[in-house]
Amino acid sequence: MKHLAVLAALLTPLPALANPDPADWDAVLEQAAGQTVYWNAWGGSTTTNEFIAWVGEQVAAEYGVTLEHVKLTDTADAVTRVLSEKQAGEDDDGAIDMIWINGANFAAMKDAGLLFGPYAEQLPNWALVDVDGKTVQTDFTVPVEGYESPWAMAQVVFVHNTATMPDSLGSMQELQEWAQANPGRFSYPQPPDFLGTTFLKQVIVDILDDPSVLAQPATDANYAEVTAPLWDYLDALTPNLWREGRAYPATGTAMFPLIADGELDLSISFSPGAASTAIANFELPDTVRTFVLEKGTIGNASFVAIPYNSGSKAGAMVVANFLMSPHAQARAQDPAILGYGTVLNMDALSADDRALFDALELGVATLSPAELGAVQAEPHPSWMTRVADDWMTRYGVAQ
Amino acid sequence: MDKGLTLRDVTITKGGAPLLSVDHHIGPGDVLTVMGPSGVGKSTLLAFITGTLAPDFAASGTVWLDGHNITHAAPHMRRVGILFQDDLLFPHLSVGANLAFGLRPGGRAADRQARVDEALDEVGLAGFADRDPATLSGGQKARVALMRMLLSDPCALLLDEPFSRLDAALRAQVRDMVFDRAKARALPVLMVTHDAEDARAAGGVIVTLGDG
Amino acid sequence: MLGPVVAGLWGTLLPAFGHLPAAGLTGPSLDPFRDLFAWAGLPRAVLLSLTTGVLATVISLSIVVLITAGWSGTRPFRALERLLSPLLSVPHAAAAFGLAFLIAPSGWIARVLSPHVTGWDRPPDLLIVQDTWGLAMTAGLVVKEVPFLLLITLAALGQTDARRSVTIAQALGYGRLTGWLKTVFPRVYAQIRPPVYVVLAYAMSVVDVAVILGPNTPPSLSVQIVKWMSNPDLAMRLEAAAGALLQLVLVIGALAFWRLGEIVVGRLGHRWIATGARGRCDGMVAGAALGLGAVSALAVLLGLAVLAVWSVAGFWSFPDLLPDQFTWRNWLRHGPGTLDALGETALIAVTVAVVALLLTIGCLEAEYRYGLRISQRGIWLLYLPLLIPQTAFLPGLQTLLLNMGADIGRGPVMLAHLVFVLPYVFLSLADPFRAWDLRMGTIAAALGASPGGVLWRVRLPMLLRPVLTALAVGLAVSVGQYLPTLLIGGGRVATLTTEAVALASGGDRRAIGVYGLMQTGAALVPFALALMIPALVWRNRKGLRHG
Repeated sequence: MKHLAVLAALLTPLPALANPDPADWDAVLEQAAGQTVYWNAWGGSTTTNEFIAWVGEQVAAEYGVTLEHVKLTDTADAVTRVLSEKQAGEDDDGAIDMIWINGANFAAMKDAGLLFGPYAEQLPNWALVDVDGKTVQTDFTVPVEGYESPWAMAQVVFVHNTATMPDSLGSMQELQEWAQANPGRFSYPQPPDFLGTTFLKQVIVDILDDPSVLAQPATDANYAEVTAPLWDYLDALTPNLWREGRAYPATGTAMFPLIADGELDLSISFSPGAASTAIANFELPDTVRTFVLEKGTIGNASFVAIPYNSGSKAGAMVVANFLMSPHAQARAQDPAILGYGTVLNMDALSADDRALFDALELGVATLSPAELGAVQAEPHPSWMTRVADDWMTRYGVAQ
Repeated sequence: MDKGLTLRDVTITKGGAPLLSVDHHIGPGDVLTVMGPSGVGKSTLLAFITGTLAPDFAASGTVWLDGHNITHAAPHMRRVGILFQDDLLFPHLSVGANLAFGLRPGGRAADRQARVDEALDEVGLAGFADRDPATLSGGQKARVALMRMLLSDPCALLLDEPFSRLDAALRAQVRDMVFDRAKARALPVLMVTHDAEDARAAGGVIVTLGDG
Repeated sequence: MLGPVVAGLWGTLLPAFGHLPAAGLTGPSLDPFRDLFAWAGLPRAVLLSLTTGVLATVISLSIVVLITAGWSGTRPFRALERLLSPLLSVPHAAAAFGLAFLIAPSGWIARVLSPHVTGWDRPPDLLIVQDTWGLAMTAGLVVKEVPFLLLITLAALGQTDARRSVTIAQALGYGRLTGWLKTVFPRVYAQIRPPVYVVLAYAMSVVDVAVILGPNTPPSLSVQIVKWMSNPDLAMRLEAAAGALLQLVLVIGALAFWRLGEIVVGRLGHRWIATGARGRCDGMVAGAALGLGAVSALAVLLGLAVLAVWSVAGFWSFPDLLPDQFTWRNWLRHGPGTLDALGETALIAVTVAVVALLLTIGCLEAEYRYGLRISQRGIWLLYLPLLIPQTAFLPGLQTLLLNMGADIGRGPVMLAHLVFVLPYVFLSLADPFRAWDLRMGTIAAALGASPGGVLWRVRLPMLLRPVLTALAVGLAVSVGQYLPTLLIGGGRVATLTTEAVALASGGDRRAIGVYGLMQTGAALVPFALALMIPALVWRNRKGLRHG
């Protein structure tokens, strides 16, 4: 009988712990101490991995939070994981406490009720965030509503090796012409890779006379018509791509060695400082520079979100808040470390904190905020889901 | 108490077909030689007595040693010593450790060492205790194997074609040594062989199995 | 060990027919298959799985058979034999990375020849790695399967009276190679058939090598299944399950096709034997086979060398043969990360390999004590987990573990590893264990040693080298596991292999160099120890050398 009682006790689900309230920050801090936060983030970039490790040291020392980086090859893996857990009824202490997330994955998780929140706008450092100048309250036109907190700004820049391609290009049409004249010297990561679909967006946003239609969801009625110029463009571009478009680099960073070897003259990056960082790490030659298009390029913020079933929500919020601190933001922007854009509003910072940013050497290949120019908005995700699928059918299962 | 090794109505069958039948008593110091062509099951009889009969075979009858029924005893509890045509010294142990392997446990280390040295001395191998058995000559190995077996204080001795690997000169010498020591210790000996000369030299009863 | 496989297959079968209650989907329905067949990439993905799998198996088997036929017992053959253990222990992922760094248009081979021979001052725009036909991937599989099949063939050779057969054939006027093929090969093949099937099934469903060397437009079916598994859209899971079933059917079909091929080759072989042809081109064929074998061995070794160079490379542009400068910075950057992963890898590998070894010894000892004998059918049962494609049952197993509420992480990963490690450890130890002279046991028992005493004091010490080799095999197999670690570990279990393959998408060659070398080291060091320890312990025991 005693055994039965123990068994029954084990089988009875534990009452769900009350979720921490981000508005009561002291309580959050108290609860966070001693927690372990499993941060699922793409692990393909060694510089990002090192930055996350540094964050781990900081939050351990300051708040007693242990941060474990779970390195993903694809952020969707983490989304799947949370989904599986929900199916299996694991509602209290899932494997994932925090996800580096964007766009479609965020939309999917928010729709499915897999996220904890809203919490982001109650975090103490939210007051320093540049809400007006940076796209931190929408993620691919999807309202964020506090379900994820921003920690880095990204903007498309084109990376070119001036040793073999001295001039920058002003528009996607110029890129098309340049590729015709220099076949095999440009490529983009294979969609559905994040940067790959971003390239497709950049094409459509740049070649449409009026891209405002993209801010609305795609409909069956207008999808074919609006995207027709994109497919014409890609049909013309593909034969002039690296390997004639029969293979694509897996990710953005995978294109750096191709530039270093001289296989490519031109590629794109979603991180304005990444090229300078890569030069410092011997991954790119020092003749590499970056440029943006005349009409500007697409930009967005990188976010972290907390799954609904995290067992360490307080700890995750402490990490999310730390990521928005001037200390962490300045380090992330240092091209020798990461080279990511900051989400903070310089005017909101104290003089000391601003000095952290002023002291940064942005690096030879990094454009200044002024040079980066206008940021173009992301299209509504419904466009890109369909475009990515169609891209797959048209180019992803090559002849 | 009936001293010696007794095989009472022993019949070994394979797949239902009878292979051999033996009913015999071997007194202390006596030798029974079982002869027959290869494949007739001579070694199977020895495996039955040592308790290591392969599962393909079935046996009936009983084995008695010094008045105890050992038919169902575990192999290591039977106190039946055996020598094969190969010396089968344990290659990972030194000559001395091979001999000590046969000694019953217990006693002081120095005493055990002394008994090992004594045994080596007895067969003219004094000072060989630390040698690697693989470096010994055929005759030397055969002597070590014999002494190892005797040190385990067996109550009976089984010989499975024990001298067939030795050349003619060595053969008589080793054979005499084995039989002398078996007599001296009053051990009942059961030898299987297909060699007529071995059988003659044993000087005991000869049973021939098979068609012959 | 069949339990997890069967459970995993069950967990795959249900969603394949639209039954995933947790997601609010109840079957049965054929929609997943409809979706699967609607995928435009399917014909190519299926074709790719078939061609790469069959081609890799045929090529590696041919190389191994012809080398053994033409050269066994000669000096070059012994040189290859000595390379066997190190080659075997190199994890698939590391070998694939090394190969990619060698043969890519910007790889070492192109650098050696450029610009003097080729005239290239920039890498040519050639689709070598990730080629549409999967040839690079096939090559990557061949270089790893040749040593495996050679090892198995050598073991089988020990049980056939090969040398005398060939001597007689040669006395009758047959060439060495033809004589071997006509007299020894049929006997050897009968014994190596199960591992050949394992190679075929593995090559058809491999994931890590395909991710590194295989095409992406579309990828092979297995890679696509893993991609679907990780899609946030739940419907994709059903499609993945349907794909997994298709993969299973493909493998079964290919095995049946192979069996048919065996019969045809057997018939033709009999006719060939009856012609009495003595083999005029033996020399040429044998030479070509040895050449190919040497190239495949060299590909792995040079691949490791180029990984090593990248791991200490500063800036290194094409077509420079070596980097502008050498630096320890890459090791300083990635070293701490590799050490964490090494700790995890070692913990899992040592636990799993030791458990597998104990289970194996237990099985073999029980077989000996109770006179049991594993039948031919039992052998196939042992191979079954290796014959079922990993992509067919691991996803199902993951869902199942979650449903049971079993905590994901290290424990389940170890269990999953055990499924794959145990057969290899068993196969590695079974022959030497059984070949042990049973009369030693009789003697020891007659000297008063209990069954346990016989095992621990006589049998295992005498078998020290094969026991340690089996342990090293188990460690190497565990170190190399990618898919079980990834899927069952839920991403929380980071071993050197999952970290290295994760780096593949990032293309940081310096990091890949560091991780690839660490991964190889983790698998290679145990093999070196398995050779050194017995040599050291038994240095004064002539009877235990070479054996």
